[in-house]
Amino acid sequence: MLFLMAAGLTLVFGIMNLVNLAHGSFYMVGAYLATTFFSWTGSFVAAVVLSLLTTLAVGVLVELIALRTLYERDHLDQVLATFGLILFFNELIAILWGRAAIYTATPAAFAGYIELAPRLRYPTYRAAVILVGLAVAALLYVVVTRTRLGMLIRAGASNRTMVAALGVNIRLLYTVVFGFGAALAGLAGLMAGPIYAVQPGMGEQILIQVFVVIVIGGIGSIRGALVGAILVGMVDTLGRAFLRPLLSTMVSPNAADAAGPALASILIYVLMAAVLFFRPQGLFPARG
Amino acid sequence: MAEPLIVIRGLSKSFGGLRATDRVDLDVPEGETHAVIGPNGAGKTTLIGQLAGDLRPDAGMTRFAGQDVTALDAPTRSRLGLARSFQITSIFRDFTAVDNVALAVQAHSGHSFRFWRPARAERALRDPALAVLDSVGLGDRADVLAANLAHGEQRQLEIAMALATRPRLLLLDEPVAGMGLEESQRMVRLLGGLKGRVTIVLVEHDMDAVFTLADRISVMVYGRIIATGTPEEVRGNAEVRRAYLGEEATL
Amino acid sequence: MLHRSRTIVMAVGVLALALVPPAAAALNQPFYVDLFRRMMIFALAALSLDLVLGYGGMVSFGHAAYLGIGAYAVGILAFYGVDNGFLQWSAAIAASAVAALVIGAISIRTSGVSFIMITLAFAQMLYYLGISLETYGGDNGMPLRTRSQFAGLIDLRNPYAFYYLVLALLVLFLVLGHRLVNARFGMVIRAAKSNEPRARAIGFSPFRYKLVAFVLAGGACGLAGALLANQTEYLTPEFMHWTRSGEIMFMVILGGMGTLFGPVVGAIVLLGLEDVLSALTEHWQIILGPFLVLVVLFAKRGLFGLLPGEVLRDG
Repeated sequence: MLFLMAAGLTLVFGIMNLVNLAHGSFYMVGAYLATTFFSWTGSFVAAVVLSLLTTLAVGVLVELIALRTLYERDHLDQVLATFGLILFFNELIAILWGRAAIYTATPAAFAGYIELAPRLRYPTYRAAVILVGLAVAALLYVVVTRTRLGMLIRAGASNRTMVAALGVNIRLLYTVVFGFGAALAGLAGLMAGPIYAVQPGMGEQILIQVFVVIVIGGIGSIRGALVGAILVGMVDTLGRAFLRPLLSTMVSPNAADAAGPALASILIYVLMAAVLFFRPQGLFPARG
Repeated sequence: MAEPLIVIRGLSKSFGGLRATDRVDLDVPEGETHAVIGPNGAGKTTLIGQLAGDLRPDAGMTRFAGQDVTALDAPTRSRLGLARSFQITSIFRDFTAVDNVALAVQAHSGHSFRFWRPARAERALRDPALAVLDSVGLGDRADVLAANLAHGEQRQLEIAMALATRPRLLLLDEPVAGMGLEESQRMVRLLGGLKGRVTIVLVEHDMDAVFTLADRISVMVYGRIIATGTPEEVRGNAEVRRAYLGEEATL
Repeated sequence: MLHRSRTIVMAVGVLALALVPPAAAALNQPFYVDLFRRMMIFALAALSLDLVLGYGGMVSFGHAAYLGIGAYAVGILAFYGVDNGFLQWSAAIAASAVAALVIGAISIRTSGVSFIMITLAFAQMLYYLGISLETYGGDNGMPLRTRSQFAGLIDLRNPYAFYYLVLALLVLFLVLGHRLVNARFGMVIRAAKSNEPRARAIGFSPFRYKLVAFVLAGGACGLAGALLANQTEYLTPEFMHWTRSGEIMFMVILGGMGTLFGPVVGAIVLLGLEDVLSALTEHWQIILGPFLVLVVLFAKRGLFGLLPGEVLRDG
């Protein structure tokens, strides 16, 4: 999940050199659309396809209208403009769907559990999410390293003007990449639907975590995004699960109860600070 | 005899697979004007970067004024008396000419954790800055925004900033590049006036400038110095002709 | 080196702010005293960010953290019965400055996108920390027991006294800021912003100067946080939320980055706009968002930048 977001965002970051805070908004839009399409059509597959396409379209639209002119600007402008977009999207969602959280049912096909081992059951849906994540990782890797499109993207990343001079329509290319990144975020969003509550502002919560993932992994590196996502996911989960018991062995249970959750919620940031302290470029610097 | 001002031994730097500088040895005695020439991509700018402290060498060492400076960063080397100009003009574009130079003076007059007194009112910064501007011929352009200076004037300003740090060694990366004839003659006159008073290492493609200014010349090809000598010696060197001068024909 | 027209605008501005309370009283709209006091508190926060952002060139996206730390310092001390304002506010400034020191020491090592994201992440970290502090209200926040006490010198419960104190602090920090950015220190951080390789080549090591600027800005913003806690008499982790950081940053851009009066103008305009829009519709952010995009795209120098003045932007 985190990886999907991170991969989409890191594509946009590293390749287009664009800081896109609105990425979380695509995640949110994907989640909402999927939920809505699901309740309209009753088919999870249809909902997935439809919402992916719509998120892609929204992404392309946003790129065309607002972000095109920003590539040459500095990061500050990009941050602010996309911050404006977040406000816009959050309110738009609030107007269309209301402020209350909505919940999606897990599609029937994935409702059960799979037995990994006797008495160790894992929800099928979550397993499916992990599989999708891995599939996307593999797909991205192939696209970026093996295909002509991937080659253009990488070339565009290192030298915009050069690629443009070779007669490639760089603007179109960027629009495509951006739309693709948005769709990835949408995919993450729609899969998140059955697990988390769907509500305005949900995009921002995950966005920050995604930032952490990207910074740890190294900006613009898909491999870094994958490793960073796994690392952050594990530290976060383990922190929440074990920190309190661990602390209570050291200090009084009361103090542990108070400090445990607090520490758990900041653990990933501590991790990030530690990584950056030793490797300011992240674990897998994309270039240089 | 005293040790040369600059002593370089075995300096190497690779970018990926490319060896930009490859076991470079070079001595520059105090007071000499030393030109480094060579074809594009020979590693000249990398050498300057390593001397200035912007690039960490992979191997080798640099001594400056008898002190090992290999591990020191650019600001520290600057405070030791090493000043530079950049291949692509590098100035504070949104400051006036005199502010640019005053900043250089300020960097060499104690720390700058002073929060109250306006820096522009400090005569100790202002007066030397104006004097240096005058000496490079920009005296009447002091209050012009650096971005609005002509290209040649900006290069002169860079020299002024370097001089304002009262350097013992001046590293110049293509000081007359991109200049018109008149501008470049003015720059050569300016540098000629510094000759002997300050040690200069200069990278340059303009052979007129090089042969006018240099006491000695090093020729760099593929990251290596293949010859060092007086202009006459370099002119007469067969290997140099083959590797480099053959391309530029007229010397 | 202030341009004359700007000096006049500033003087008029300060005078206008000074006249707000009597005007509000005359119109029988005490609400405006409250609104403008709030504006000035955020102006102070925006001003501190501008030192880092506009003069130092560091795109810190977590500036609300210091606002929150300042507010919590006051709130937590009050929670334990320490109402002395001198103590509370000093604690607010010190705590924010220390936080800025730690955050700055790690993040200034990076630049560009990483810097933006690290400062943002640190602010979020503090935000979640605030949420998990159950003793101090968790995500609901907690009320401030009483406004800071200044041993009878000034009574913050009097809205006018509080207003003029905030105004005085704002003017004080404008003056301090003006001295700072034009002193040697200010010249260094501005030079480093303008061209860092050049600054290094002439012998400055920018890191220390940037870090000090970061800490000074953090401390000043902590004071703004202390004021804010007294303004709202309530504190919540929302003070530290990243949208708050975005807002403060937008104030700086809106008013004019790298000017001293710009952030003040930006804070007043943005909060005024919010006030007007939220009266019109519950969904005022849907208008504000695109407005922000438009400002970024078309009015880069900010409102204050539209005034005639030196290109050098001395403030």
